[in-house]
Amino acid sequence: MSVTFKSLEAILEHYPPSPEHLISALQEVQARYNYIPSEALTAVCDHLGVPLSRGWAVATFYKAFSLEPKGEHEISVCLGTACHVRGGRNVYDKFRRELALPGEEGTTRDLKFTLRQVRCLGCCSMAPVAQVDDEVHGHLNQRKAGMLIKQYRAR
Amino acid sequence: MQIKTLEDLQAAKSLGLSQLYPDKPKILVGMATCGLAAGAQRVFDTLHKLAHQEHWNGVVEKTGCIGFCFKEPLVDIIQPGQPRLTYEQVNEEVATALFEEVAAGQIPEKHFMARLDVDDMVLNGGPRKLYKGKLKGFVAKAPRYEDLDFYKLQRHLAMRNCGFVDPDNILHYVARGGYFALYKALTEMTPEEVIDAVTKAGLRGRGGGGFPTGVKWASCRKAQGWPKYVLCNADEGDPGAYMDRSLIEGDPHSILEGMLIGAYAIGSSEGYIYVRAEYPLAVKTLQRAILAARNAGLLGENIFGTGFSFDIKINLGGGAFVCGEETALIASIEGFIGEPSPRPPYPAQAGLFGLPTVINNVETWANVPLIIAKGADWYREIGTEGSKGTKIFSLVGQVKNVGLVEVPMGTTLRQIIFDLGGGIPGGKEFKAVQTGGPSGGCIPQHFLDLPVDYDSLQEVGSIMGSGGMIVMDNSTCMVDVAKFFLDFLIDESCGKCIPCRLGLKRMREILEEISTGRGSLADLEELQSLSEAVKDGSLCALGGSAPNPVLTALRYFRNEYEAHILERRCPAAVCKELITYTINPELCNGCTACVRECPQGAITGEKKEPHRLNAALCIKCGACFEVCKFGAVEVS
Repeated sequence: MSVTFKSLEAILEHYPPSPEHLISALQEVQARYNYIPSEALTAVCDHLGVPLSRGWAVATFYKAFSLEPKGEHEISVCLGTACHVRGGRNVYDKFRRELALPGEEGTTRDLKFTLRQVRCLGCCSMAPVAQVDDEVHGHLNQRKAGMLIKQYRAR
Repeated sequence: MQIKTLEDLQAAKSLGLSQLYPDKPKILVGMATCGLAAGAQRVFDTLHKLAHQEHWNGVVEKTGCIGFCFKEPLVDIIQPGQPRLTYEQVNEEVATALFEEVAAGQIPEKHFMARLDVDDMVLNGGPRKLYKGKLKGFVAKAPRYEDLDFYKLQRHLAMRNCGFVDPDNILHYVARGGYFALYKALTEMTPEEVIDAVTKAGLRGRGGGGFPTGVKWASCRKAQGWPKYVLCNADEGDPGAYMDRSLIEGDPHSILEGMLIGAYAIGSSEGYIYVRAEYPLAVKTLQRAILAARNAGLLGENIFGTGFSFDIKINLGGGAFVCGEETALIASIEGFIGEPSPRPPYPAQAGLFGLPTVINNVETWANVPLIIAKGADWYREIGTEGSKGTKIFSLVGQVKNVGLVEVPMGTTLRQIIFDLGGGIPGGKEFKAVQTGGPSGGCIPQHFLDLPVDYDSLQEVGSIMGSGGMIVMDNSTCMVDVAKFFLDFLIDESCGKCIPCRLGLKRMREILEEISTGRGSLADLEELQSLSEAVKDGSLCALGGSAPNPVLTALRYFRNEYEAHILERRCPAAVCKELITYTINPELCNGCTACVRECPQGAITGEKKEPHRLNAALCIKCGACFEVCKFGAVEVS
């Protein structure tokens, strides 16, 4: 999705030019483009009267923000304590192998999937769990993780 | 409907009651996140569609989570003059069958869990018996909630409405006595009297710190500066804890009412709820509740015509654990990165935008209306000398009945894990229970009879925290758990204080050595001394309590560390460098399930013949172990 002047303008309109809106504005940008394009970061900072350095600090501090484009489906694998003691790490590794990601987290080359770790989705009773986009899948094991990827690949 | 007077409130209550217990049948579906993850939306849609198709003279409604997460999706059937009947593990097919029987005037027996004879209605004049006369047939013999092990010791006070009300319906909340405490505070009590009641009740912060709430309020009331702010900390970041999510999703108005009372007490007109963006349903539920309260005139200007005004904004968390720390949370609302700042000054003196601020967590706020409505003396009766009231725990991990439990303070660990939780599944042995998240510790077997309250848990090196209780059995490795928490904390450390930023990394390196069999006994001493340094040299609670998981592990499970170091052995068979997988030819029947799962092609063998695992190719992912139904894959 390209960053058009118009769509950004529409987001910035909601915010009075004051620094306290930095995080909310970035959240809206993130939701709109699925990441924070550098042009957008500059525009938000200019609009709110925040130095770019602070915008950058905030955008890299919080996990909710990504400076790189994300995949079509986002897989958040829970590595909270309950999931950990029920084998969440093995499930995570399975996702990583299946998506052939070089690093711990990241996006597949075809921009189909982004894999990331989260610390507790609050569904501990169904550990281990992973959330794909908005759907929570519980009681996972490595076999089910493989099936999930197949399912979403076919969508 | 505008609620401006006591008469309005009473009218809303009667209307709400007629919806809670209508004169026609009602089917309730538990639709908090845990229910939804188990498929509650499909169940709800099925029931809704059937009711519509059949022009059914009844109601299908959603509700929050009653805590029985291991039985989700849950469906309740409420018929006039009958106990409330709860059905467990309901899918679309079961839902269809349930509907057909109810529509035909019968009482379904399949998937039955328990019946509820009396609705506590703790804030509405006391218990309400749900049926008249004598019960007959199946229902008479059916188990009651009080008969269920999971429910026996529980007392739902903070969770008083969860699983009873539709969280999006403010009238339901009022019907169960909601907003009457606010009315009482505004019209019958001075702010000082409200603070005194909360102080006298002995309410302590449920977010983990356990600081006396009334003391905090009193100091904020006295502080100079205007405006003052009221904050709700809903940045529930402790892994393994989800009671706040459940409270918000099940009963958002109890939090709003608590904040309103707090605002009146300290003299504030503006509040914020800082809620995790990872909880989308909680965020939506809060937004709808705030809107409903505004429309009813319970948020905004001149509430109940008393001249008191208060409104609430929602702030979405950016996914940083440290923002659960109050000064970091405040920085985040102001639009900065979530770095804690030194205290004093405490937020009560100089908090949000440098102004006096009271900050309490979700569960604390939900307790406030109870204290005002029922009085401090009533509240003080519950709990122990130093810890009053109840606490919600999320009982998870290797335990049979996983879910949320709300018990009086002072209930023992054994009661919670074995009586309510049903003990350890699969015939395994209890090893430890982790409380307090990454700031807490692992408590071993010989402390099982410890009463759970703020002070007792601290004495054994852990903390109450926000209420996560993760049960571990003998398949959990204590070195691995310590590593897990350090990974978490390294990730979440904001990086401001050097001991926390670098000390935790070094501790992690030492644990890596130990878990790969390259550690020495001297490493244990270094871990100990580093722990002390991180504890003493960090500004906020994240760093100050970060070594707790390692320290308790060293204190109570030293032999397990020594096994890794001296025998190069992981007794729980978790640490990958120290284990091997093999296939027991006597148990393997050659079903080939493992062959299909093995990502390495390390397993070979003919169909219906015992298979073999090539250790040189094995990456120890455990996929074969998970998939083998015959216990033939062994790990040692």
